[in-house]
Amino acid sequence: MKERKGLIIGSIIILIIFITMLIKGNPSGSILVWIAALLTLFIYSFLYKDNVFYKFAEHLFVGVSVGYGISVYWQNSFIRLVFDPLFITRTYIVNGHFHLWLFLAIIIPTLMGLLMLSIFTKKQGWLIRIPIAFVVGAGSGMSIPSTFQTYIFAHTQNTLFITLSISGFIMIVGVISTLVYFFFSKEHKGVLGKTANLGIWFIMIAFGASFGYTVMARISLLIGRMNFLLHDWLGLIK
Amino acid sequence: MGFWEKLMKLDRRWVFLLIALAVFIPFLKPLGLPITVTKPVQDVFDEVERIPPEGPPLMISTDYAPATAPELDPMFYALLRQCFSTKRKVLIIGGLYPQGAGMAQAGLNFILPEFPDVKSGEDYVYLGYQPGVSAVVLSMGEEIRRIFPTDAYGVPLDSLPMMQRIHNYDDVAFMIDLSGSSIPMIWVMYAGARYGQRIGVGTTAVSAAQYYPFLSTGQFIGMLGGLKGAAEYEKLIMKKGYTKAREIATIGMDAQSIAHLLILFLIIIGNIAFFASKRYRKRKLKV
Repeated sequence: MKERKGLIIGSIIILIIFITMLIKGNPSGSILVWIAALLTLFIYSFLYKDNVFYKFAEHLFVGVSVGYGISVYWQNSFIRLVFDPLFITRTYIVNGHFHLWLFLAIIIPTLMGLLMLSIFTKKQGWLIRIPIAFVVGAGSGMSIPSTFQTYIFAHTQNTLFITLSISGFIMIVGVISTLVYFFFSKEHKGVLGKTANLGIWFIMIAFGASFGYTVMARISLLIGRMNFLLHDWLGLIK
Repeated sequence: MGFWEKLMKLDRRWVFLLIALAVFIPFLKPLGLPITVTKPVQDVFDEVERIPPEGPPLMISTDYAPATAPELDPMFYALLRQCFSTKRKVLIIGGLYPQGAGMAQAGLNFILPEFPDVKSGEDYVYLGYQPGVSAVVLSMGEEIRRIFPTDAYGVPLDSLPMMQRIHNYDDVAFMIDLSGSSIPMIWVMYAGARYGQRIGVGTTAVSAAQYYPFLSTGQFIGMLGGLKGAAEYEKLIMKKGYTKAREIATIGMDAQSIAHLLILFLIIIGNIAFFASKRYRKRKLKV
């Protein structure tokens, strides 16, 4: 009962604030901006308590996202890469001559993609292994050398050939002590234990920096919405 | 119950209200706190400045969604303003995930009215979105037309004046990926490591920390990190006189600073309350 009273009083206060802002500001004349603003407020209403407005906005978001994703994939995958080359632009016909390889270059990937749908049948479900084997094989082949180069070789090289400076020294100590912390084949005692402890400090500092950035990111999102509400919707700020 | 005990049981909705006020008030009463340009941002700016006008294009990939737009939209706008006002060509990819296509188009719709002389196909080309993620990046290393036979509006690339001499990464001066995910690493892995493409990154603050090692190795030429990175870039293009438009990121930086101070205060108060209430409970048990 007490909570409901608080909810009603809170809603009335927020309503009065927004009506005052609407009167004092220069509200947008666009219906789309109004819809976006109201949906923003619906979502933020969750901060007080789960409610029907929040649920409506959440479900609408999920539906719109799925619909958008399907339409973009349909247009850019099927229409642009399969339908158009097969039936409209006919890329496999060059100077009036039919080119089998160009035709197969469209047909084979399309059939492989269609095999993905075999999962929905009980008898032919095994056919999905063919495109999955292709995706896993090609994906591994593409990514393994690049991953080594990007994540291991380049960083090892950068750590080995470091300039003589305080930051360089800190980096060397940080890398070694952190690696020692993840060395579990020997008990962390004595010099090994102390180095591992130092590694924990480096890891904690990294977590702290990451958390600091995360706070900044979350506040930025709120700033973005606030800017939209006060500038685009209410016209209160220039 | 002591003061600290009460504070420990404070309804978290009061914290939400305080944060909302800390962001809301600086918008109405700006403080004009100074913004200093950091090296990673300056490096991106300098790299774009090195591109000759009417020369090879700057490639921008919009790998972000509406959820990260408050941080990444200002970066996209600032880069477009810098290039369009200096006659530098821009090649835009609508990201490696579907949402990026909408973000790129929305960004263009927002910026193009400021530059009525800028034309699609001549000053910029928007390629749209193609599914395939890493396959798209790899394929562009051989021939852009193979994966993007037309631009996003269905115009064949061969018919566009800007694309006459652009075929692969060799013809692209610099590439910037705007992303709030790990997509920039795909550009580094396939366009950078394999084809030697020079890459910069504009990312959300959440992801910024993980990219510093790649700045140190030179795998990223520079980085715009979060709203602050965007504000720094806005400052650089304003200083050069490229735009007089409303600086979205810079406006938000006052709110950002005040909110950070509040969070620092809350963390300190929260810790004091935690230890004080622990002591209070111990004493109570002894009694």
